[in-house]
Amino acid sequence: MTWQKVCPLDDIPMFGARVVDHGGDAIAVFRADGDTVFALRDACPHKGGPLSQGIVSGSGENARVTCPLHGWNIGLASGEACAPDEGCSHKFATRIESGEVWLDV
Amino acid sequence: MIKQKLVMVGNGMAGVKTVEEILKYAPDAFEITVFGAEPHGNYNRILLSPVLAGEMTLSDIMLNDLAWYADNGITLHAGRKVVQVDRVRRIVRADDGTEAAYDRLLLATGSNPFILPVPGKDLPGVIAYRDIADTEVMIAAAASHRHAVVIGGGLLGLEAANGLILRGMDVTVVHLGDWIMERQLDRPAAELLQASLEAKGMKFCLGAQTAELLAVEAMAELGAIGVATSAGQSQRSVRVGSDTDARVAAVRLVDGRVLPADLVVMSAGIRPNTALAEAARLHCDRGIVVTDTMQTVTDPRIYAVGECVSHRGVAYGLVAPLFEQAKVCANHLAGFGIGRYQGSVTSTKLKVTGVDVFSAGDFMGGDGCDEIVLHDRAGGIYKKLVLRDDKLAGAVMVGDTADGAWYFQLVREGKDVSQLRDHLMFGQSFAQSHLGDAGHQGQSQAALLPDTAEVCGCNGVCKGTIVSAIKEKGLFSLDEVRKHTKASSSCGSCTGLVEQILASTVGGAYQATDKHAKPVCGCTDHTHGEVRAAVRELKLLSIPAVMRALDWKTPTGCATCRPALNYYLISTWPHEAEDDPQSRFINERAHANIQKDGTYSVVPRMWGGLTNPTELRAIADAAEKYKVPTVKVTGGQRIDLLGVKKDDLPAIWADLGRAGMVSGHAYGKSLRTVKTCVGAEHCRFGTQLAMDMGVKLEKMLFGMWSPHKVKLAVSGCPRNCAESGIKDVGISGVDSGYEIYVAGNGGIKTEVAQFLAKVSTDDEVKEMSGAFLQLYREEAFYLERTCHYVERVGLEHVKRQVVADPARRRDLYERLLFALKDAPDPWAEHQAESLAKQFKTIPIKAVLEENRHDLAESVSA
Repeated sequence: MTWQKVCPLDDIPMFGARVVDHGGDAIAVFRADGDTVFALRDACPHKGGPLSQGIVSGSGENARVTCPLHGWNIGLASGEACAPDEGCSHKFATRIESGEVWLDV
Repeated sequence: MIKQKLVMVGNGMAGVKTVEEILKYAPDAFEITVFGAEPHGNYNRILLSPVLAGEMTLSDIMLNDLAWYADNGITLHAGRKVVQVDRVRRIVRADDGTEAAYDRLLLATGSNPFILPVPGKDLPGVIAYRDIADTEVMIAAAASHRHAVVIGGGLLGLEAANGLILRGMDVTVVHLGDWIMERQLDRPAAELLQASLEAKGMKFCLGAQTAELLAVEAMAELGAIGVATSAGQSQRSVRVGSDTDARVAAVRLVDGRVLPADLVVMSAGIRPNTALAEAARLHCDRGIVVTDTMQTVTDPRIYAVGECVSHRGVAYGLVAPLFEQAKVCANHLAGFGIGRYQGSVTSTKLKVTGVDVFSAGDFMGGDGCDEIVLHDRAGGIYKKLVLRDDKLAGAVMVGDTADGAWYFQLVREGKDVSQLRDHLMFGQSFAQSHLGDAGHQGQSQAALLPDTAEVCGCNGVCKGTIVSAIKEKGLFSLDEVRKHTKASSSCGSCTGLVEQILASTVGGAYQATDKHAKPVCGCTDHTHGEVRAAVRELKLLSIPAVMRALDWKTPTGCATCRPALNYYLISTWPHEAEDDPQSRFINERAHANIQKDGTYSVVPRMWGGLTNPTELRAIADAAEKYKVPTVKVTGGQRIDLLGVKKDDLPAIWADLGRAGMVSGHAYGKSLRTVKTCVGAEHCRFGTQLAMDMGVKLEKMLFGMWSPHKVKLAVSGCPRNCAESGIKDVGISGVDSGYEIYVAGNGGIKTEVAQFLAKVSTDDEVKEMSGAFLQLYREEAFYLERTCHYVERVGLEHVKRQVVADPARRRDLYERLLFALKDAPDPWAEHQAESLAKQFKTIPIKAVLEENRHDLAESVSA
C-alpha cells in the first residue's frame, strides 16, 4: 500500500467529495463534519452508483453518504451499508498532513 | 358606563353558550346573573351517554366549572330554581326567595322529559334520562340490579340502553313505533341498526305500548309466573310487603306481556319547559314563541334560547341549532342586531360506539322525490339518498357514515347535484375523482373538504376556522383545537374529522399514521409544517440556525432533512438565507441529471419549446465535441444530451452558453418547462398566441426553486395540444382570454388539472399563475407536488388567496418576482474557476507493484 497526496483539504467542500482517478479506478474522497476525511471505492454496493455524488452527513463513526441513485446509506468509516441494506464498499485509509489530504492506495 | 343587568334562567348548554358569546362580543355590557336548578356548573348534556357507557367521566364533560363563572364576574345561583318572573318590576324570584332584577332576561329553561301517564310512573327505579342525577341513578342501578326497560326507542333511549348494557344490565327497549328512531331513520335503516344493537345484546319490543309499571307487591299478585328471573327473584322477595320503598319490578304492556324491570328509563320524548314563561304570561305554543332575533313575541326585553323555544313553529332538540340560536341571541343582546335565526336543517348521529348511523334532512322521500339506495344486508350497510329537483334533500346511512358530513353539506347548500348524480352514492372521494378533484395519496376526508365546509355541526365551526386557528395559534393537539375553536367539544362525533384536519394542516404527533403529521426525518420530532413555521416566525437563515432553534437530534442532519431545510430557507427568505449546495441533491449541485452509469444529462433551456438554427448548430457541435452518446427530444419540448461526463460539464455549458443558451433546470425541484403549442401564431384554430405567452411565463419563472418540480403548458385553444390539462399550471387559450388550470399531473397517476380562474390579458395570466406558484412555494411541504399540495389544503383555500382576494394575489405575485429577481444562470456561474474545479476528477498515478517501495520511502522522507 502506498500513501499518495491527493489535494489540499480545502479543495473538498465541507459535506462534499472529490473523485480521484487511480489508474481508471474511481475513488471517492469525502470530507465530513470536523474536517474528517474518508475514502471509498466510488461505487455503491447496491448498483454501483457514484457515492462521490451523494449527500454527506454526520461525523466520525457516524459519518455516512447517501447514494444518489437509490438512496442507500453507506458508512464512511467502514464502507458498510447501513441497515436494513447489506453490502460494503472498499475503503481506503486517509490522513491529513499540513492541510493536504493523503490517500493510501 | 353603567352595566345593564342580564339575568339568565337555566344553566344549560344553550344558555351558557349565549353568555359565552356575549362575553366575546361585549364583555363589559352586562352584569350577568345565572340561575340553575342543578347544583353544577354547565356540563355537556350530550355526553351523558358516554358517561353512562363508562367511556367518559363527569369531569370530562364539564364545560364551565364553578370557577369559570367567578372568573368572568358572573353571579351563579346553582341549585336554585326560579319560580316567578315579575315582568312589571323586572325581577325574577327563586324557590329559596333569592331575587334578581333584570334589564334583559334570558330564558333557557330547556325541556322536560315526557313521563308517560301510566300507573306506577312514580315508583322508585323509574326515571327519565335528562341530567347528571338521572345518569347517577342509572349507574347505581346497574351496579345492583339486573333488568332494565327503556321506554322509547329514539336516539336518547337507544344511547341509554347501550350504556346500561355496557354496565352489565339486561335491557329491553319498548317502543311504540313500528321501527326504532323513526324520526331519524326509515324502516330498512332502522332494521339494520336494530340488528347490530341486538348483536350487542339489546332486546326490542316494537309496536308496544306501556300499560303500567308494576311494583314488587303487584308482581306478587300476578304471581310473578314466568316473568321474574331467578336472579331478580331473590332481591324482590326481601322487599315484598313494604309499600313505601316498593321498587319498580316490571313493565306490563297493553298486549299483556310483562317484562321484568328493576329500572325503567322513560325516554319517550321531551316537552319544552314553558311553565315559568306561561306563568309570566309569555306567549307559548309548544315552546316559548320567539322571533328571528330570539326575543319573545310578548316582551322584547325577554329572550329565550334552547329547547324551551318554539321558532317558526319548530322546537329543536339537537345542540347545533341551539348554538345557532345562542349566537344570534348574543349578537342581538350585544347590540349588533345583525344576526337572524332562520331555522336549521338538522342531522343526527347516534353515539353508540361501533354502530354508525347518520341521517339528515328529508330522508323519507315520497312524492316528487327520487331515491338512490344501496342496501347490503349481509354487510350491514344501508345508504339512501333522497333527491328533489336535482338537489339532495336528505340522506340516511347505517354502517358506513364516512360521507355524512359531505351529504349534509350538499343538503344544506342546496347544491345542484345533477352532474354528480351517477357517483353520488359512492361518496365524496369517488364522486369528485370523476371531476378531477382528487389525488391518489390515500386521501383523507378532511383534505377534500372545502374550507367553508362545516366540520363541527354542534358549534358551527367550519374547516377554514379550524385550519386558520391551527396555523395562527400553532395548535398541535386535538385538545388545543377544541379549546381554541370549540370544534369537536360538544357531541364529539366530528372528532375523527377534526383530527384529520389537524393532521393535514400542520401535523400533530398523536397521529403518526398521517404522513403530514410525521416528523421530517429521524433527526427531529418536528413536522414539515412546524419547521416551515419556525423558519418564518423565527427568521432563521441557515441550516445550523434551524437545527439549533428546533433542537435537531443529529449534529448535521441527514440526506432527508437537509434538502428540505435548504428549500424552506431559500423560499422563505430569498436573497437573505444561506443556500447550502451540499444540502441539495446531486442534480441541483451538478446542474445536470445524474444517470444510472454516473454520467450526466444536459438540457439547455428552449424558451417555450422554441429554438433556432444557431442553437441547434451549437447543440450538434457540442454533441460531437463531447462525444455525447444519446441526443433525445424530451417531453418538455427541448433537447437532452445524455451521457456527458461530469468533468466535461462546465465546458459543454460554456459552449452552449456562447450560442445564447442557459440552464434548462431539467434537474431541479424547480421550474422545468413551459410547453406550448404553435398557437394563433400559426394554427388555424388558435385563439391566443400560445408560444408568446409560454415564453413570457418561462422567462418570468426562470430560476424558480420550488418544493418539487413544476411544469407549465400554454395551449392556444381548448384542443389543448400542449397538454395544459395535466400540468402544475396549465393555460388554455379561449377566444375571450385564458383559462388557468392548476394542480394537474401527468406522473404516477394522472391528475386532471383543476380550473382556477379565467382571465383576459397576458399580464393577468402572469399574475394569477405567479401568485398560485408563490402560494405553493410558501405553503407546500418539500417534495409535495402541486396536486398533493392542493389536495391537502383544498382548492377553495387556493382560490380564496389567489382568485378572490386581489390584494393578496398581488402580494404573492410580488413576493415571487422579488424572489426571482436577478436569478442567475447556474451554468454561467459555474464557469468561475473555484466552482468549476469541483467537477474535475483528481488524477493520481496508479502505482505499479515494483515501484511501491520507492514511492513509500519518498513520501515518508
